[in-house]
Amino acid sequence: MSDKEKSQIEKQVSTRRTFLKNSGLTVGGLIIGGAVGSLFGRSPESDVKTEQTTHAQAANPNEALMFFYPDEYQTTMAAAERIFPKDELGPGAMELNAAIYIDHQLASQWGVNAKDYRLGPFYDPDPTQGQQIRILRKDLFRLGIKALDDYSNKKYQKKFTELEAKEQDEVLIAFEKGEANSLSGVPTSVFFKMLRNLTMEGVYSDPMYGGNKEMLGWKMRKYPGTRMSYTKEIQSDKFVQLEPNNLQSHMGH
Amino acid sequence: MAKKLPKVPVVVVGMGWAGSIIAAELTKAGIKVVGLERGKERKMSDYLMVHDELRFQHRTELMQDLSKETITSRINGKMRALPMRHYGTFIVGDGLGGAGSHWNGQTYRFLPYDFEIKSLTEKKYGANKIKPDYLLQDWGITYEEMEPYYDTFEKMAGISGETVELYGHRSNPYPTGPMIKTPVLEEFEKATKKLGYKPYMIPSANLSENYENPDGISRAACQYCAYCENFGCEYGAKADPVVTVIPVAKETGNLDLRTYSNVTRILNDGTKATGVVYVNTFTGEEFEQPAEIVVVASYVFNNARLLLNSGLGKPYDPTTGTGVIGKNYCYQVSSGYSSLYYNDREFNLYGGAGALGIEIAEFTGDNFDHTNENFIHGSGIRTTQYGNRPIANNNAPIGTPSWGADFKKQSIKYANSILQVKSQGASMPHKQNYLDLDPTYKDVYGMPLLRMTYDYTEQDRELVKYMAKVTRKIAEEMGPDHIDTVGEQSPFNVNVDTNTHNTGGVIMGAEPETSAVNTYLQMWDAENVFVAGASAFPHNSCFNPTGTLGAFSYRAAEGIVKYLQQGGSLV
Repeated sequence: MSDKEKSQIEKQVSTRRTFLKNSGLTVGGLIIGGAVGSLFGRSPESDVKTEQTTHAQAANPNEALMFFYPDEYQTTMAAAERIFPKDELGPGAMELNAAIYIDHQLASQWGVNAKDYRLGPFYDPDPTQGQQIRILRKDLFRLGIKALDDYSNKKYQKKFTELEAKEQDEVLIAFEKGEANSLSGVPTSVFFKMLRNLTMEGVYSDPMYGGNKEMLGWKMRKYPGTRMSYTKEIQSDKFVQLEPNNLQSHMGH
Repeated sequence: MAKKLPKVPVVVVGMGWAGSIIAAELTKAGIKVVGLERGKERKMSDYLMVHDELRFQHRTELMQDLSKETITSRINGKMRALPMRHYGTFIVGDGLGGAGSHWNGQTYRFLPYDFEIKSLTEKKYGANKIKPDYLLQDWGITYEEMEPYYDTFEKMAGISGETVELYGHRSNPYPTGPMIKTPVLEEFEKATKKLGYKPYMIPSANLSENYENPDGISRAACQYCAYCENFGCEYGAKADPVVTVIPVAKETGNLDLRTYSNVTRILNDGTKATGVVYVNTFTGEEFEQPAEIVVVASYVFNNARLLLNSGLGKPYDPTTGTGVIGKNYCYQVSSGYSSLYYNDREFNLYGGAGALGIEIAEFTGDNFDHTNENFIHGSGIRTTQYGNRPIANNNAPIGTPSWGADFKKQSIKYANSILQVKSQGASMPHKQNYLDLDPTYKDVYGMPLLRMTYDYTEQDRELVKYMAKVTRKIAEEMGPDHIDTVGEQSPFNVNVDTNTHNTGGVIMGAEPETSAVNTYLQMWDAENVFVAGASAFPHNSCFNPTGTLGAFSYRAAEGIVKYLQQGGSLV
């Protein structure tokens, strides 16, 4: 880290301290949460360390939230990890940044159903007819994430993120089966399906979308990503394992 | 008030395969053509960033924007139809090239049997073989008469393939040799040969070798990059109107191509069309384009819808069985397949092409005896290697949950170790399966949406049961560690991915009482309107429809040239 960067970080920290001092906030027993709360009870050294970590992560500017609030992001990360958990084969959805991917998708035109037929009237469909949902995807997902906490609180008196993995699975199974309370009239199974599909997309889509970190999702299943030709490989009797490639390698053609 | 434009000889609605072939043939003959395309302009270099499964397959980049227009669906006439709000089963093309840009490239001919299906079935099995609810009819033309048009289409597209004994006579071999027979396809080949069948390589519009067509268009060989279906081809190896017939039409100087132009009505006096009305999809400005001839080539769904919204032709009524527009809508059946899981073998499934596959002919059409079967026609039984893209392909044996620890383990274990023996079955028309206008829902321009009333029939369910046994037997011969067979046909479901091989609604035939167009695709009720595309098929065969659609487009073009010279009915 250069001296200039160091001094910038120290300046940021000091600005936050100044803010706290001037804002007159008191903390006696009150949980403030968020970045402000995290500054309390830390030595100046640990503050600097935190800022350094943050700075190192910022090497990938894509890892930031466009849509979620931080606690929604945490819940999404935890839920996605249960859909696609870390095991001996490799990383799970959490490490692969599937929740970052989901965040970015919900912030995109897909999140507001831009290419869907949106004109009314909306009726309850026969199961053969396809979803008839007025709520936008981004809003439905937000309702679903909140419902995960509500359900967990009711059943276990804890937030979803605080549950054991097995308990989290039980919550998700209830959502998958549509047993939890509906989300403004939409069965939780619809939200669950969206969560499941988004997680898989976050694990296996091109890393430019924010997930599939370092193409580790692809690597795990020996998928070589996108290459211009497989004419040689498809003729081989033996499996040919290739290092994955992403779309960036197609730039400049 | 629509702005009236100067009259032109021919206006083409929709620039997919059908519209583009017709535009190319007419402009080559020196005829001025206006091509109206609701979507965007497209060229080969637009496909350079196409290796993106999310954007093109799961976010349907090349497909019709459903916020503007969709269909409504129901599985029987008693239900309220509801709009298909996002994609599930069909992926309808949009933009220059239409579905011809995003297709897989499997390019068959229909069987001689298909063209005379009613006569041949009754001749062989008696008049009672076809139950009265099935509106089967001959096409009004024979395979022999269609053969030259197939030949022309295949030469233009450079179809790669090998001659199959059990199919119709060919005047020429395929212009290019078959695709590479990979170890995956060899598994199917070995097993089917052992069972006494004669496997052949699926005819492919993904070029097996570099090729120059009779129009002087040169294209490069397929690289098996695995991005065909839902994607455009960055090599131009896959035949696509954008890299074949459209450049030829443009070169003549006779094509006036207008993109972002959505036709809402065909203007007519009840016996002849006078032109079309279209909307600029950006500005909303309305134009009237008068024309001598209107070619409707805007896909099965929109072809029927445009005619119904324009009051052209007599709408089909399922209660009386009268009328023709909307009649004989058909689909295909894709159940009856077997999935093969191998524990100790890995195949290079990440590579492939949309038309890389191997098939047997023995269960197609009437190539096997139907005397004791409760169905007619049949299925193409095949193994394909499209390239297993990772979001879409997470297979695990039936019984595995669709998420969680076990799902992850199994889907990764079999990512490169799953093959399929598939069955693509023919679809017979039924009097309760039809298209009409929805009474409630409208498109973004205020025009009623098309309503589809469709469910699989008894014929389909019987066919699937039979084919499931066939695929199972071949799968067993291939010797995997585990086989799952889907042996029953579930009700039609607009969410469930099968294919986009929709046909019918504006069918051809020998007489006006039972068909909407003659075999030149000229409307009986309006001689200067030609309705091209798979909407003209009286039933759907067990093959992918594009080869037949292409052949009839050449025949329609020939008919239009003739009509411009002599007028009147062409038959």
